[in-house]
Amino acid sequence: MSKIIASAGINGAHKIAKQAEQILAKAIKQKGKDCKVEFPNTGYYMPVIYSITGQAVEKLGDFEQVIQEIKSLLPEPVADDLWTPYLGPVLDAGMATLFAEEIIEACKYVIGPNPVDGIWLGAADDVILRERGIQFVDGSAPGFAAIVGAAPDVETAVKIARKCQERSLYVFMAGHHNGTTFAEQLAQAGVELGWETRLVPFGREITAAIYAAGFASRVALTFGGVKPGDYKRHLLYNKNRIFAFVVALGKVTDEWYATAAGVINYGFPTIADSDIPEILPTGVCTYEHVVSNIPHDEIVEKAIEVRGLKIKITEVAIPVSVSPAFEGERIRKEEMHCEFGGQRTPAFEWLRMRGTKEVEDGKVEVKGANVDSVEVGGKLPLGIVVEVAGRKMQADFEPVLERQIHTFMNEAQGLWHMGQRDINWVRISQTAAQAGFKLEHIGKLLHAMFHEQFSSIIDKVQIKIFTDESQVTGLREQATAVYAERDARLAGMTDEDVGTFYSCTLCQSFAPNHVCVVSPERPGLCGAYSWLDCRAAYEITPTGPNQPLPKGNCIEPTIGQWDKINAFVLKTSGGNIERMSQYSMITDPMTSCGCFECIAAVLPSTGGIMIVNREYPEMTPCGMKFSTLAGTVGGGNQTPGFIGHSKHYINSGKFIAAEGGIKRIVWMPTMLKEEIKDAFIKRAEELELGGEDFLAKIADETTATTEEEVLQFITKAGHSVTSLEPMF
Amino acid sequence: MDVKERSSDKAAQEMISRMAEAGQQNAWDRLEAQSPQCGFGKQGICCRLCSMGPCRISKKAPLGVCGADADTIAARNLVRMIAAGAAAHSDHGRDIAHTFKMVVESEQCDYMIKDELKLREVAARYGIKVEGRDTKEIAGDLSDAVMAEFGKQEGTLVSAAAYAPPARQKVWQEFGVTPRSIDREIVEIMHRTHIGVGSDYKNLVKQGIRCSLADGWGGSLIATELSDILFGSPQPIRFSANLGVLDAKQVNIIVHGHEPTLSDIIVSVSQEPELIKMAKDNGAEGINIAGICCTANEILMRHGIPVAGNFLQQELAMMTGVVEVMLVDVQCIMPALGSLSDCFHTRLITTSPKCKIAGAEHIEFHEDRAVEIAREIIKIGIENFANRKAKARIPKVTERGIAGFTTENIFYHLGGRFRASYRPLNDNIINGRIRGAAGVVGCNNPKQVHDYGHLTMIKELIRNNVLVVSTGCSAIAAAKAGLMRPDAAEKYCGKGLYEVCETVGIPPVLYVGSCVDNSRILTILANVVAEGGLGDDISELPVAGAAPEWMSEKAISIGMYFVASGVYTVIAEPLPILGAPNLTRYLTDEIEKDIGGKWAFERDPIKAAGMMIEHIEKKRDALGINVEKERKLYDMEERRVLEV
Repeated sequence: MSKIIASAGINGAHKIAKQAEQILAKAIKQKGKDCKVEFPNTGYYMPVIYSITGQAVEKLGDFEQVIQEIKSLLPEPVADDLWTPYLGPVLDAGMATLFAEEIIEACKYVIGPNPVDGIWLGAADDVILRERGIQFVDGSAPGFAAIVGAAPDVETAVKIARKCQERSLYVFMAGHHNGTTFAEQLAQAGVELGWETRLVPFGREITAAIYAAGFASRVALTFGGVKPGDYKRHLLYNKNRIFAFVVALGKVTDEWYATAAGVINYGFPTIADSDIPEILPTGVCTYEHVVSNIPHDEIVEKAIEVRGLKIKITEVAIPVSVSPAFEGERIRKEEMHCEFGGQRTPAFEWLRMRGTKEVEDGKVEVKGANVDSVEVGGKLPLGIVVEVAGRKMQADFEPVLERQIHTFMNEAQGLWHMGQRDINWVRISQTAAQAGFKLEHIGKLLHAMFHEQFSSIIDKVQIKIFTDESQVTGLREQATAVYAERDARLAGMTDEDVGTFYSCTLCQSFAPNHVCVVSPERPGLCGAYSWLDCRAAYEITPTGPNQPLPKGNCIEPTIGQWDKINAFVLKTSGGNIERMSQYSMITDPMTSCGCFECIAAVLPSTGGIMIVNREYPEMTPCGMKFSTLAGTVGGGNQTPGFIGHSKHYINSGKFIAAEGGIKRIVWMPTMLKEEIKDAFIKRAEELELGGEDFLAKIADETTATTEEEVLQFITKAGHSVTSLEPMF
Repeated sequence: MDVKERSSDKAAQEMISRMAEAGQQNAWDRLEAQSPQCGFGKQGICCRLCSMGPCRISKKAPLGVCGADADTIAARNLVRMIAAGAAAHSDHGRDIAHTFKMVVESEQCDYMIKDELKLREVAARYGIKVEGRDTKEIAGDLSDAVMAEFGKQEGTLVSAAAYAPPARQKVWQEFGVTPRSIDREIVEIMHRTHIGVGSDYKNLVKQGIRCSLADGWGGSLIATELSDILFGSPQPIRFSANLGVLDAKQVNIIVHGHEPTLSDIIVSVSQEPELIKMAKDNGAEGINIAGICCTANEILMRHGIPVAGNFLQQELAMMTGVVEVMLVDVQCIMPALGSLSDCFHTRLITTSPKCKIAGAEHIEFHEDRAVEIAREIIKIGIENFANRKAKARIPKVTERGIAGFTTENIFYHLGGRFRASYRPLNDNIINGRIRGAAGVVGCNNPKQVHDYGHLTMIKELIRNNVLVVSTGCSAIAAAKAGLMRPDAAEKYCGKGLYEVCETVGIPPVLYVGSCVDNSRILTILANVVAEGGLGDDISELPVAGAAPEWMSEKAISIGMYFVASGVYTVIAEPLPILGAPNLTRYLTDEIEKDIGGKWAFERDPIKAAGMMIEHIEKKRDALGINVEKERKLYDMEERRVLEV
């Protein structure tokens, strides 16, 4: 039976290779060999070709070498009689297919039709990769389903998609069947598509499946620390870390077979709804390679089993599904049943620690009007008070836990949450309301989720929900006082106040030498872990990646080195890093994993530094884009003159304190300026640099795109950096 | 005479009948003439090692003149047979090593290094630096290292340490049988079995083991590795088999014996336009090269050259009357060919100074003039085309198959260029689709119905989902019966093995080459161990070996090195030791504790296959893979433990 698959796969590979040759010839004819080719705002060139062969394709002409490689991989068709072994050859043919598909899609970016069109998204840019790719490494996304073709009807498509979402799986879509596509079917049913909902339409043709393979390849390169060209490790990484699979809906064409053979190299099996041959013996994939004829209502479960995937579904007794995949779902006004807060009604959410006797676990009280008493499109005030008790609970953990309310609520399908504290905003969809969703279900949801994720510090959780305006405003006053108190405590907290920092080695799974040292004034470079978060995380998992680090004796206060911290870094970096400075980007700077929100880089002639955030896709004055810079800075190596850091750190009193702090900043993109504006101005004022004035003296892409222009701009603006000592 | 009692091969049956009609004698007739054969010889208890004898052991006279008992005499005879077998394989290896040295040293040479990748792999195993060095340099060092293996006076065999699993080497070390050098172990057998030296049968067997290991992991392995480097590593290839490959309209040249050195050149030279033209000028349509025995296997594996038959078909091939030249090198060449060739126009040509045959003409082969000599021989064949006397009698029987599997290309065929590994093999052994593997190898022996033992055993094994690898005359038997066709999997295999064969596109019986290529089976087993999940030593693997129609001393050496590598080995005709009760018990039972494998004797191929399957299941039980396991599903924590 697999002979049929091998024959079809090899035929398909030849067809797609030919297609690649033709479109490449056309592109070269139109644009010339030197025409630049890329997937916009992505690193790693053509990621599949780059990761497997190590070849960096930058120009159309570079593809000619890839075509040669494809030809060397394409085997003879399988003989009808007296065939020679075909498993190895068809896997090679599959890989050739992937290379060819990457050529085809890349050429489309050059000569059209543009892969980004309507619902079709084309290649994921680096911001998405960083945000979403990490989920495949940290476990928040258990894997992805590459769905090709289309379901027999819209309803079936929605059911399959929802099942994947409920299991937190991403769904990558490509290829068409019977005149339609899975993505179009979902769109037709009004299902929200996009990275936020984990339902990602790549393209209408099967060749767009390459974006799924490319995404997997980029995850391995970014987070797996796999070197380009090290195809063995690359594919093994995918087999053993990225639990993806193909669901083929509809007629499996030769081209589909060829693509499926390609991703079998990655260890991704194919599960088909049609009656095609099967490949059951194991070995290249973890279990079966091709399984067929699976009914639609079983296909997701079957695929998960075939891939060897264990997924824990959060079971909460509420009328809607709960999964991280629903986190990004928006509820537009027309779909809304009712809303709360968002400047429309008074609202707040507040988590507080209580004595164990004051909390009755599981108790949910709703005081005031409920969802069913509101007209469609109506609104209500909302006060959510979560009271927790636990022997290991501390008041300092309150804000850490409180921030989770946002995530937990968003994970429920049909529930949407934004903001926090007293600027929160909640919507309930009509579908959810029709399903019987009421306010007590928010309570049940929060109760279940807090227990599930924080059972090591929380023993009891009770939730009180208020919708009566006077009650809400009254309680809000109490809450606001607590918020202010917390802020004051946090704002006043300096590195000198504490004797213990925290380590974060969460990223060592992909950057084995990297260790973050998190102090009150220097949060983790990913922006996700403050000192308090680390402390809470340590309490939750005492053997986890966040460990307390007693500072020991101070070796040098300006650059921020302590003997015990150095000893710890030496040990956890596998002997790679001997010394690490908490406050310097020149002397023994902290290493970076790859998750940093921003990169600071010295612009030597200006005597200052530039900062670029991950979202900024254009060229920077140092001559490198963020993606290229990231390659220099990441990977757990010390690179004097460069550091990766969080946005929050810019406004910290310890921001490159050894080099003079924010006084050194001479360039930032406008989008970053805008984002950190309020706190930055405050900080500039503290330093008597003249608040908004100082921000204006910092160049951005509208005033300077080269180092020379930056120098001209700051000289003209009278930037204070000119009066500082040289950095080195 | 019922031809079916002589051979199960239709082509052979036809030719045996024709020989009988023509009053020509063959091996079966001579066996009849020899019967009943000497009972003392059969039981191994006849000693003629000194002139006090010959002595033979009986109830009446349980000791030889010197006092040697049955166990001593049989053990001495047995290990001397091992020495002869090891000598044959290793001398083959040595000749290839000399050719290799010539390639390294001379600028102009008819041979070349065809597989540089393999050269580098083998050199790296020998601990030779390969990075940044050119081929010639590496080859020079490898040549020296390989040459030293034969005659060095210190240390142990590098190849045995470079290829065998560490756990296996430890067993050898602890038992004291790590081979030191190839020639030394052979010589030492001759010394130890001389009158008045060793008489402890176990100690004699121990040296037999050490010598056999020097063959399998030494001389034979060197022959295989260097042949791949010089003549190219085989890749899966189509070929035809049986006497029907001879072509009445072409000049037929049969190459027979064991070494590839001359035959490989004959193959390439035979297609030179000048020679083709000469053939045509002499009335032939072309030049047809076909092989017999392991010379056939060597050129079949690399070039897809057809094989005319196995050992018992050599006389039958000549009997067709269309063989212009039968070119022989060494081993398994029946002296009977000399007189048989007198009845036909066939020119029987010997080429090795080690092997001259009465009635044959001798054209000595010199590697430094390989092409020239090959042309000369082919021309003799062409000129002889016109001299055919009798009517062509070619049985219209051929079968096709796939050959060319090696230790190295299995990696590719199980995962392609990017995922090359043995994992699918190990996985499907672990999950039970494949119960295990068996090496079915060895000769023909007119005491068994020709090919019947091989075919019956192989079919029984694959029916029970045991994958078979095969070499030598056994492989030729399987090919002639269509068992090396990929579609044989559907016809003959159990469900699990069929699924795997169908997934990979392989026949259920893998052709891995000539009898020195049994070393490929050893290195395949080492790779299976290294891939993991099936124990640390070959002796833990669910595998068995068999030689259902063995006859030569080489087969004893092969059997012993498999046993000493930890493999249960079943042969049909018992070793000539049955008159020695202690020795028999030791080799068929107690030796397993010492070395991990043991011998068994069973003439019925179905019963023998059953014994092998039973052994395989026993090993599976010990590995704990016969227990139905629930599918393991992985969450993120469990994935992080997996190797990447």
